[in-house]
Amino acid sequence: MTPTSDQKAITPPERIAPHGHVLRYAFHERLTHWIAAFSYIYLMLTGLAFWSPWLFWIATVLGGGQISRILHPWVGLIFVGAVLYMYSMWSKQMRFEPVDREWWKSLHYYITNQDEKMPPAGRYNAGQKMLFWTFLFAGLVLLATGLVLWFTESLPWSWRWLRYVSVILHPIAALVTIANFMIHIYMGVFAERGAFGSVIRGDVTLAFAKRYHPGWYKEIIGSSEPPK
Amino acid sequence: MSQATLRIQKISGHAGSVAGEDMQRQEQVCKLIDTTTCIGCKACEVACMEWNDLPFSQTTFDNTYQTMPDTRWNYWNLILFNEHEREDGSLQWLMRKHQCMHCAEPGCLEACPSDGAIVQYSNGVVDFQQANCIGCGYCITGCPFNIPKFNSVTKRVYKCTLCTDRVMEGLEPACIKSCPTGCLHFGTKDDMKDLAEARSKQLRDHYGFANAGVYDPPGVGGTGVIYVLHDATKPELYGGLPKNPSIPLTVKLWKHPLKWIGNLAMVGGLIGLFVHYVKFGPKGHEEDDATKPQGEQS
Repeated sequence: MTPTSDQKAITPPERIAPHGHVLRYAFHERLTHWIAAFSYIYLMLTGLAFWSPWLFWIATVLGGGQISRILHPWVGLIFVGAVLYMYSMWSKQMRFEPVDREWWKSLHYYITNQDEKMPPAGRYNAGQKMLFWTFLFAGLVLLATGLVLWFTESLPWSWRWLRYVSVILHPIAALVTIANFMIHIYMGVFAERGAFGSVIRGDVTLAFAKRYHPGWYKEIIGSSEPPK
Repeated sequence: MSQATLRIQKISGHAGSVAGEDMQRQEQVCKLIDTTTCIGCKACEVACMEWNDLPFSQTTFDNTYQTMPDTRWNYWNLILFNEHEREDGSLQWLMRKHQCMHCAEPGCLEACPSDGAIVQYSNGVVDFQQANCIGCGYCITGCPFNIPKFNSVTKRVYKCTLCTDRVMEGLEPACIKSCPTGCLHFGTKDDMKDLAEARSKQLRDHYGFANAGVYDPPGVGGTGVIYVLHDATKPELYGGLPKNPSIPLTVKLWKHPLKWIGNLAMVGGLIGLFVHYVKFGPKGHEEDDATKPQGEQS
């Protein structure tokens, strides 16, 4: 495998930390992740408040309906900005490769925690790639429809079809991101030990790298054997 | 506002039941606008501004008699002037008093996510409660008549209240009171329908308007403002009065099937992930957890 995962001036040997650890996410990657994460959580909570009367209390908790309405679009811009920066960082590494097709076919092993039977994923497995592209494309749909809803009163009556399209596409795109978000939180916080630390402190153990991302492990270490 | 005289039967963005639903035997109120006897004097426009204490708004001169192109947040009642050329080449000047239609099934109320920002009283009047409005503008999307108007300073929407404060005291709305020709009437929906049908028949039988009829669109459950039109088959001629208005399809899809599919999917997803954790537990081993002190690693 060619070393495509160029982590912006972090060459593979420098990524290896002492005590069998390896740097998985550099500081700028972690920071971008958390800007996207916190803005997304705010967007999801206020969005859910506008989605259903049963959840409108969320807007009250977050400062009231009016404040939520004013801040939601601005926070949306921050979120889309963070996702676009992720695109500039990761788009090459997120390209689907033949191994990803095999990975999907073996999904049942992944779900039942039989990770040793999974094909060797690179720095990102096929599921993570899907998360990335879903958030990118849904984010762009949310941005386009969100702009229409933001300035809805400025649209002339003859362009009202834009409102009609936006009012249905915005929640559909949001639901798609919520499905991905729930799986992402579950995997990162609960299911995959060590994953959460990788986006806080940046490093994972070599064992983690070898178990979940064998392709990437090989790329860093130069072989599939552990270093002495 | 006294709840004794105006019970609420529909509330926007409301979780749970509505206290006034089917609670009271009350007549639906209705405005009847006979476009065939409107002379375009705009007394109703002035009366609306006066009664509702609306701040003055600059008029727009565009070579017509119309005060401005469209209603505004502080201009709820507008006569639309339309010059229509008949098939025989003669000219017809159509004037229509344009304002909130007070739909029985209001698209604004359906689309509104904010609890109590839009209510419908049991007499059928649809009213905005600006104190509860969050300024999202979904009512603008939901309305098939282009009525709710946004105030960019207060960040809330406004429209005709059907002079609720007069109606609850047994008075007719200000616009009706001011009309010098008797083209505006106010009463119960049944009475206004009878009057409108009688006038339409008169127009058909004695005045040569073969297509004269009543505009009370069923797509929004009927309206609290009905028109007598010279030609009820072509309401579009009267400044774009929609022929068959209804709540936009995407608003209905969003508020009904999508909402329940989405809610089921979200709750189902949470349950599914929880059950997965209980059945399969976390992946890997303790030593994968890099957040542990490094010295403890094997």
